[in-house]
Amino acid sequence: MKQGLTWIVQGMLSFLAAAGFGILFNAPRRMLFYCGLVGMTGWLMYSVYVGWSDDPMQASFLGAFVVAIVAHIFARRFRMPMIIFSVAGIIPLVPGGMAYNAMRHTVENDYLSAISFASRAFMVSGAIAMGLVFAEVIIQLIFRSIAKKGKRIM
Amino acid sequence: MSVVDKELAIECCLLAGRLMMEAGAETYRVEDTMERMAETQQLPSTQSFVTPTGIIFTPGNPYHTKLIRIKNRSTDLEKVALVNDVSRKLSSGEYTLEQAYAKLREIERGYVTFPLWLQIIAAAIASGCFLVLYEGVWGDVPASIVAGGVGYSIVIVIQELTKVKFFAEFIAALFIGLIGYFAVQTGLGTELDKIIIGSVMPLVPGLLITNAVRDLMAGHFVSGLSKGAEAFLTAFAIGAGVALVFSF
Repeated sequence: MKQGLTWIVQGMLSFLAAAGFGILFNAPRRMLFYCGLVGMTGWLMYSVYVGWSDDPMQASFLGAFVVAIVAHIFARRFRMPMIIFSVAGIIPLVPGGMAYNAMRHTVENDYLSAISFASRAFMVSGAIAMGLVFAEVIIQLIFRSIAKKGKRIM
Repeated sequence: MSVVDKELAIECCLLAGRLMMEAGAETYRVEDTMERMAETQQLPSTQSFVTPTGIIFTPGNPYHTKLIRIKNRSTDLEKVALVNDVSRKLSSGEYTLEQAYAKLREIERGYVTFPLWLQIIAAAIASGCFLVLYEGVWGDVPASIVAGGVGYSIVIVIQELTKVKFFAEFIAALFIGLIGYFAVQTGLGTELDKIIIGSVMPLVPGLLITNAVRDLMAGHFVSGLSKGAEAFLTAFAIGAGVALVFSF
């Protein structure tokens, strides 16, 4: 990440971008703010981890994981499907730049670089999907064990 | 429950499934919703097979298996939320079957969406934000905002005219590339790559790609592969549009 960008600026930009996508995807009006929040959390997580380890794949996994958890919390709180929050939230993580570079190198007949960019884009989108799925599985496990404990107490 | 009621319940399930799929809900959620709605209407042994292009739903003996075609897909989160709400209220008994069906019909006919100008502004602002997030320079933001807004409006206009999504995305990407190119030529922008990446983001099928991988992981192979194919075609259309600019 560029040195001059403070976390506050990054947070604001990713909030705006995610909320903007909320509008494009026609999210319920009252939820736009929360869509932005989810996007911001995911991006900041990604950004912190990339700055620390320089590995976009792990960072995307972590970002998507956090997005799914926050989205799940909001989904429970507002009784809405989780997809409303997670869709706008993962948009900043999507490897648009890599996919673009893959396409551009293909056009310039530089197939070797194109393949390397394309496989990275594929791996990153796989990592995002894995982050989402893992978070969901873990959340379900936690809720199931909480439900069981509640029964035992009663 | 009479046969007529059961037929209405089946119609209700199918309509809910189709609306959700058209709005871009996840495959497992659609199957889950349909099965839950059926269960509350005393149809315990239903089976459904949901793909992005059609839904097969069998309510069990003595009712006929139904097939419903899904013609156009977009991302419309409010629709998902509304259908989900109807399904929940039907399950909890707050809505009768007739009320739920009427409500779904109402959702199908249309409801408030964000006005077009607001969508275009949102796309433009998101483009500008992405430019900076992807390490672009602040000076390129105006070019990116203009290109992003124009690109998104072109997609909407051409899709309305031709109904061919890939053509619309191709033309939009072409114009984004041209705007970026002229911005750099006239000194209003510096990094062509970054401007194009930022402005193209509202068109990129990021959701489709992720949903495709997710469906594959959940074992919905047909849905996953077809969503992947759609995402690939969209990415290809965008790439080809941008590529045309570079080939000049």
